[in-house]
Amino acid sequence: MILPFIWYLLIGVLIAGYALLDGFDLGVGILYPFITKTAQQKAVLRTSIGPVWDGNEVWLLTAGGALFAAFPAVYATVFSGFYLAMMLVLFCLIFRAVSLEPRVQRQRNTAWDWAFFIGSALPALLFGVAIGNIIRGVPIDAQGEFGGTFFTLLNPFSLLVGVLALSMFLKHGAAWVALRTDGALQRRGAKVLSVAHWVFIALFVITTIVAATTQTDQVKRVIDNALGWIMIVVILAGIVLTRWGMARKRDGYAFIGSALDMLGLVGLMAVGNYPNLVPALNDPTRSLTVGNSHSSHLTLMVMGIIALIGVPLVLAYTALVYTKFKGRISSAHTEGYGQE
Amino acid sequence: MDAVLLARIQFAFTVGYHFLFVPISLGSGVFMLLAARRWYKSQLDDDKAGYLFWLKIFTATFVIGVATGITMEFAFGTNWATYSRFVGDIFGAPLAAEALFAFFLESTFLGVLLFGRNRVKPKFYYVSVWLVVCGALLSALWIIIANSWQQTPAGYAIQDGKAVLTDFWAAAFNPSTIPRYLHTVISTWVAGSLLAGGIAAYYLRHGRHILFAKRTIVAAVVFGLICSIAMPLIGDWQARVVAEHQPAKMAAYEGLFTSTPNAGIVLFGIVDEDQQTVHAQLAVPGMLSWTITGSTDGVVKGLDSFPADERPPLKATYYTYRAMVILGIYFGVLLLVGTFLAWRKKLATSRRYQAALTWSAPLGIIAIELGWFATEIGRQPWIVQGELKTSDAASSVVPAAHILTTLIIFVVIYALLFGVWFRAIRKTVKAGPAETAAAPVPQPTGDAATALMATMTEEVKE
Repeated sequence: MILPFIWYLLIGVLIAGYALLDGFDLGVGILYPFITKTAQQKAVLRTSIGPVWDGNEVWLLTAGGALFAAFPAVYATVFSGFYLAMMLVLFCLIFRAVSLEPRVQRQRNTAWDWAFFIGSALPALLFGVAIGNIIRGVPIDAQGEFGGTFFTLLNPFSLLVGVLALSMFLKHGAAWVALRTDGALQRRGAKVLSVAHWVFIALFVITTIVAATTQTDQVKRVIDNALGWIMIVVILAGIVLTRWGMARKRDGYAFIGSALDMLGLVGLMAVGNYPNLVPALNDPTRSLTVGNSHSSHLTLMVMGIIALIGVPLVLAYTALVYTKFKGRISSAHTEGYGQE
Repeated sequence: MDAVLLARIQFAFTVGYHFLFVPISLGSGVFMLLAARRWYKSQLDDDKAGYLFWLKIFTATFVIGVATGITMEFAFGTNWATYSRFVGDIFGAPLAAEALFAFFLESTFLGVLLFGRNRVKPKFYYVSVWLVVCGALLSALWIIIANSWQQTPAGYAIQDGKAVLTDFWAAAFNPSTIPRYLHTVISTWVAGSLLAGGIAAYYLRHGRHILFAKRTIVAAVVFGLICSIAMPLIGDWQARVVAEHQPAKMAAYEGLFTSTPNAGIVLFGIVDEDQQTVHAQLAVPGMLSWTITGSTDGVVKGLDSFPADERPPLKATYYTYRAMVILGIYFGVLLLVGTFLAWRKKLATSRRYQAALTWSAPLGIIAIELGWFATEIGRQPWIVQGELKTSDAASSVVPAAHILTTLIIFVVIYALLFGVWFRAIRKTVKAGPAETAAAPVPQPTGDAATALMATMTEEVKE
């Protein structure tokens, strides 16, 4: 059982990595049409995420691939069961990629600006809704297939988690803007962050109260487990650190605080759900669990070796490239915009 | 309409579309690398302009490749859930490895190429170009491992109705992986050479960017010729693998209805399913038997060796394969003539050859697409050769209406993307590599395509 457990953890790590990396560029996309007033400011925001967003998105692809390899039954049931939602995310990501990378931008035609916005906001919301459903459970039939419809997914609890995720990404994006820009844009980012931070706290409290009354299994697992308490401490530390960073104008700490929130929330979900990957709402014996949906031990072992080689390599060069692009991007220096 | 049929149409469309851009990325990547090397060694502005030209072509194509590639990773789960359950133990690992080893490498260092010119040292930058190109080649390796396993599965056992990995190396390097990889990658280099040669010939015909064009056209025809010579050698290897592991596909490739010794390789002919024959045949007698068995007396299995429901669609397989082979021969001749002209120093002045090369620019991509159709249609009805049929592999919970809806959306979005890509490439080619003295200053206020190109390599100077 140790290998499936390790892969459960690793997929959690990949999802957390995705949330705290792609999270900020999704957040930037959500803020993009609202906090920029000039083409220069837009250029600053795009430049701040330009070199890294694509690499960040690969965390999602890696998580998807790892889920396919380690828990094929879960990959098959979730992707086919959540068909329309998945396709919606996919279309968003396609538009987003095109709106961002070649930056098909026209000053008068803002269609691609909105593609960037919708391509960021809708996946943020839908990822939250998906997580909400995976906490709440979905109907699963005797063959292990999803037994609901698109509208089964749009239940109040999952939508609440969706809004929480949206606020979390928005906050993370605002923290990034505050960290990586200067002047008016930086001030606007900080302002959004201070509001978004409170919105996030409020939604977190509401979600916790709702979960405490409806998701009793998960809550019990969290409070019975030291890891669960650690995750709660991480989230609270993140909230405090963000607040402290804002108050002291230490934008880096505010950003790290925001990242800790994400890490803690993904961790909390992982602790609460274990050993379920997808709980069955109708009949707990049909739940897809770490025990009943994992790949063969040989596959998990091979994948483990691949991860052991690949992950440190990726972390090393990702960190290297981030250091090459560190520092604030100044609006005053975007006069070279578009020039070689 | 039938849900499985719709899922097949959707997959064929999305993967066929994705596979238009992948070869262009791989092919133009070589020329980007050559240009980057030249610039790194000389540090001249002219060479920088040549490199930036290829970077723009590469990036515009890569972006569409990335955007449409996500679709493919989703598609196995969304549309082919039964297949995913059946092969997950084997098929998931190469996909995860592709993301981990290749996608991260490509996307992280492409960020450096686009935004890092003033942030990293020239050597770091140059190494980044290498890493992006190697990332693309690695990506191709992993996905071809996955695809080859479907065609010639190995290193597995069937347990509880699922394929389970028993030997990783046997599965990864199954019989068709290496020949398929070489064939695919080298064919993208031929296609890239035709594209690069075509662009250079266009400049020469119009008397523009002469230095850049002369250099590019020579590199393109020589490199293209070397790759074209390699193709039939690998093709021979592949033919033997196909004949051994997918004999029905080989029979369909050659329109071979009945098992026979002295089987020929058909260059041209009209296949007639009713009369079970190939009319107006132009063939090399005995060649197929000789290739596969080592003797013209060797018997090659015909379609009659297989039950009717285990034969691939004949016409589609036969004609796409034939068209690919004919185009491949044409490329060999074209590039041989080009190399000869380059040797006689007539390449820069031969207008007729330049015109032929310009018009042949997109044909390499078309040949690759045809080859892809041939190999994928030719393995039907199997999604995993001998183990699982395509008709049994689709998601059972997704209604036909949902697939039809998303198919229509895909067609619309992909048409739009093609327009964006095509305009970007056309603008880049029309503008050409920037001349040193009169570097145009692109305005972000121009139309979308201008802005796209203008901002594609933008840097915010610190």
